[in-house]
Amino acid sequence: MTRLLGSGSLVVALGVAIYAALALLAGARRKRTDLLRSGELALYAVWGLVTTATLSMVYALVSHDFSVKYVAMVGSRATPLFYTVISLWGALEGSILFWIFVLTSLSALVTYQNRDRQGTLVPYAGGVLMMISIFFLIMLVGPANPFGLVSPTPADGPGPNPLLQNHILMGVHPPLLYLGYVGMSVPFAFGIGAVLSGEIENDGWIRLTRKWSLVAWMFLSAAIIAGMWWSYEVLGWGGYWAWDPVENASFIPWLTATAFLHSVMVQERRGLLKLWNLNLIVATFALTILGTFLTRSGVLSSVHAFSEGPIGRYFLGFITIVLISSFALVAGNSERLRPTGNLDAAVSRESVFLLNNLFLTAFTITVLVGTLFPLVAEAIRGVKVSVGEPFFNRMTLPICTALLFLMGVGPALPWRAASGDVVKRQLLPPTVVAVIALVVSLVIGVRSPYALAAFSFGAFALAANAREFIDGAAARRRAHGESPPVALARLVGGNRRRYGGYIAHLGVLTVTLGIGASSTFRAEREATLKKGETMAIGPFTVRLDDVYRRDEPQRMVLAAGVTILKGGREVGRMEPRMNFYPTQDQPVPTPSVRTRPAGDLYINLQAFAQDGSNATLRVIQEPLVPWIWAGGMIVVLGALVSLGAGLKERLPARAAVRAPAAPRPATAALEEAAR
Amino acid sequence: MNWKRATITAGFLVPVIGLLAFGLTRDPKEIDSPLPGKPAPGFALPVFSPGEGKLALAVGDTVRLAEHKGGVVVLNFWASWCLQCRDEHVELSKTARAFYDRGVRFYGVLYNDQESYGLKWIEEMGGQAYPSLLDPRTRTAIDYGLYGVPETFLVTPDGRVAYKHIGPISERLLSQKLDSLLRAGTP
Repeated sequence: MTRLLGSGSLVVALGVAIYAALALLAGARRKRTDLLRSGELALYAVWGLVTTATLSMVYALVSHDFSVKYVAMVGSRATPLFYTVISLWGALEGSILFWIFVLTSLSALVTYQNRDRQGTLVPYAGGVLMMISIFFLIMLVGPANPFGLVSPTPADGPGPNPLLQNHILMGVHPPLLYLGYVGMSVPFAFGIGAVLSGEIENDGWIRLTRKWSLVAWMFLSAAIIAGMWWSYEVLGWGGYWAWDPVENASFIPWLTATAFLHSVMVQERRGLLKLWNLNLIVATFALTILGTFLTRSGVLSSVHAFSEGPIGRYFLGFITIVLISSFALVAGNSERLRPTGNLDAAVSRESVFLLNNLFLTAFTITVLVGTLFPLVAEAIRGVKVSVGEPFFNRMTLPICTALLFLMGVGPALPWRAASGDVVKRQLLPPTVVAVIALVVSLVIGVRSPYALAAFSFGAFALAANAREFIDGAAARRRAHGESPPVALARLVGGNRRRYGGYIAHLGVLTVTLGIGASSTFRAEREATLKKGETMAIGPFTVRLDDVYRRDEPQRMVLAAGVTILKGGREVGRMEPRMNFYPTQDQPVPTPSVRTRPAGDLYINLQAFAQDGSNATLRVIQEPLVPWIWAGGMIVVLGALVSLGAGLKERLPARAAVRAPAAPRPATAALEEAAR
Repeated sequence: MNWKRATITAGFLVPVIGLLAFGLTRDPKEIDSPLPGKPAPGFALPVFSPGEGKLALAVGDTVRLAEHKGGVVVLNFWASWCLQCRDEHVELSKTARAFYDRGVRFYGVLYNDQESYGLKWIEEMGGQAYPSLLDPRTRTAIDYGLYGVPETFLVTPDGRVAYKHIGPISERLLSQKLDSLLRAGTP
């Protein structure tokens, strides 16, 4: 029954989605409101049908209905409820179902939000979103059907991949990633819609596109950080990033989306970079599809590789259509995207944005080439190669350093042209801070040139961005006599877009500091300890107390009881474990992490004696790692503050009631001067 | 719409798509197993499902690899929770019957599963021609370096692994491998 409801909904959804796409595109072209209206209703219906199918799958998982193919593949009676529900996205078929659920939900939301908007931009965008949905629905009805019948019904299932039921972040990272990844379809649809509707020639479409890019970018940023955190917590090697193809697949579109969020300001302010921006949007979407293809079709091998099927060929067909039709459409209309302004001076904020885009593009190409190189090498020379961390680190560190520098210069420079005086006044204080940071780094023993560059340029950017807040708030205090917190809140509230961006910068800098410190000052020791024996690392002494076994319904846990001492005093107990799942012979390591603001103590159980007499522990001291996670949250906060600006524009009346202190001319002038 | 520009742009994208298409023909996980040619790990496992007709053994008997010198052994690891095992099930039984008189012995090995589930599965799938064995604590599976189920191993009369197949195997492929192994000594 569940099976029929699920697969039936998907088949009907495919038919309705085809109708919706045709009605919206044809209606927009012929300006037929009846067609547009029915296309819009069909789009909502697709969302309803896909939601029904998704809920059916969740129900089948929870009720252990092993006659449903996907449940028989990933379900198990012993798996805890939480992991049973989220195994919805634990394997290929379910993850595609979840993908289309997110995609149609966003399509319905966007259409509903803009239902009263004039012009044909939104219908065209809805049509494009439905075209993308058709592709995913075809896969779900055909090669990746999760609702296939399994007969006779198995008594039990193997359960999810052990790595995917070992940590709570399995419930966090994938949905965030899908929201970010799938979210990039919306700006793409608006971009293509703008070309098709002719709105490309006036800039109204760019506001909608920017807002949705920012939403998707926010989720993608959060997803990347959550993914780093997850791999840090579950994989047992104490790292958080390994330039694995799947990590790169999420990072590459993040880079192009970041470039777009910066360069779009140049278009809004100065009427430049229009064609470039449209290309960035299309490229971001194409890169999300490419990333999905690379990691789902078995083309590249990775820790994340999903089980393969015939879906690779379908994806290839889809990529071919997306790449050729969208880039050809943009190129064919490029004459309509002429700049309406000029670059006035070499030293100005827009030129910093240009450089920022140049470096972000170089970054994108570097990571893309490194990821695809094994494929190129095999195609040309027939050899299997792998491109590892040294390549990526060496190639990208200089780019990161340059971007850090620009992150400090950008906010300090005015639009159009900066006089020598302004440059000096704005850049002198951050430069002083950078020199201090350099000296301090040298004194505490940093010798690697890249770490030195990262710390001093990071300090430079930090000072430049923090200064925007400090100076702005100080100006308000002088003008209005407000207390510092009120001044800061009003400052940010008065120009959310701008200060949201600076908050995001502070978040990125916090992440950079965490990565820089944890990779520079990491200390690691491995030793086999008998019960009662100790080992020392940094200021800590680690004592093995016990090795014991514990049976849980879905797994067997083998754990080491460890006491942490500092200066002879007990400061904590930790329990690194190995979890043994019945359908997998390899144990799943489960490191224990003790988190403090100054850094983590990370212990992994590497091996143990059968009789429990000793255990091999790998102990890693990781300074400032929690700053990476905190920085990710600051980035999200910055995006949220920035998105609030759009809200305020739409609700002018209510915003006015909430903020009675309308900016007085003096403030407006001050803010203009600070710009 | 400037069709010339559109076409040129599309032309630049063709090599990228070609590269991706090439990628589809490759399997990055295809890493040669070091096992073929090496002596097959020995085992002594109890029968839990007897098999049918003349292929049958008594439940509880111990099957030892060492006692099969002189004949070819086919070892198939399976589980009741394994969906792909269903695809090869009938074909394995057919092949086992066809090659019995040529001295080929088939054994199923139940992998990470309960005996009762295994028996129920065999019954529901319409029987299994050859005996199946229990592998307590998956020792034998570990010895054979099992990556997942199903996996099938061919062992030569002198006790070496001749061939390893990952995933469901077909009657055609298995018969072909056995034929050449029996005739020429290599699969």
